[in-house]
Amino acid sequence: MEHEAHNPALLHHFADAQQQKNAASLGMWLFLVTEIMFFGGMFCAYLVYRLAHFNAFAAGSQQLSIWLGATNTAVLIISSVTVVLAVKAAEAGKRKVLVGYLVVTVLLGMTFLVIKGFEYREKFEKHHVPGATFKFTDTFDDNGKQIPVNPKEAELFFSLYFAMTGMHALHMIIGCGLFSVLAVLAWKGHYTPGYFTPIENAGLYWHLVDIIWIYLFPLLYLISRHS
Amino acid sequence: MAEHEEHTTHSQGFYIAIGVGLLIGTITTVGAAFVNLGPFNPVIALLIATIKATVVVLFFMHVKGASEKLTGAVVVSGFFFLAILLSLSLADYLTRSWR
Repeated sequence: MEHEAHNPALLHHFADAQQQKNAASLGMWLFLVTEIMFFGGMFCAYLVYRLAHFNAFAAGSQQLSIWLGATNTAVLIISSVTVVLAVKAAEAGKRKVLVGYLVVTVLLGMTFLVIKGFEYREKFEKHHVPGATFKFTDTFDDNGKQIPVNPKEAELFFSLYFAMTGMHALHMIIGCGLFSVLAVLAWKGHYTPGYFTPIENAGLYWHLVDIIWIYLFPLLYLISRHS
Repeated sequence: MAEHEEHTTHSQGFYIAIGVGLLIGTITTVGAAFVNLGPFNPVIALLIATIKATVVVLFFMHVKGASEKLTGAVVVSGFFFLAILLSLSLADYLTRSWR
């Protein structure tokens, strides 16, 4: 019997490359579900406290920069597009295009983190970081009516702000590291049209981190902004 | 046994169009936040966010057209359990009349 051209990336316990790919994708999705539950806990805490202390949450939210937040949302959406184009380039076997999109993705991820860093710096300067030096003297602007808020409740908002955006930023840092490694491996020619599962799965991770930000942006930045 | 090689990806123009759609969604979210819709402000914001997230899951994460149907079940179950977490927690906190 003539020996068929064997895909070197195909492990022997899988029937074919498609089955191996499906198994990897399913495993990745199971991991992403645990991530959804992980962030879900924080979203739940956010909802409960926002409903209990709405004025303080609105006052805290009004201290954040919508424009930096919206810019970061756009940066993440564009990075999701470059990720999906990287997967497409990998499928087509275009090595240099693949490396290019991976590098652009890392750069966009870093852009996001730098903007986030400037936002954090402003929080430190205004003493809006929860802890011993926390100060909050701002009021909730409810259609021009200034309502004073309890600083303790505002501190709760900023605790959740730092917990959620900080955990999200940590995921971004991990994602940037992941895509940097993939870019090097792709440059060395590790990925072929027959095997590019790591690119696809890292892409799934990146998109999930993007989705989490899509929810964080309106929930944290856009509370009661109309006047 | 060997099934046909499946191309799960779409054209480059399609992805860019989806990206532009998501950017328009972001602009709409920001715009809607400045309009006084009363209690519907957060509803609109979360509705747009959910539409954007669904688009990302279906087209960027290739759940639509995935050859493995089990993937779809895992995705739906993930969001289903999130819904249980949020709805049952709020069913408790929102009905505590003694607070």
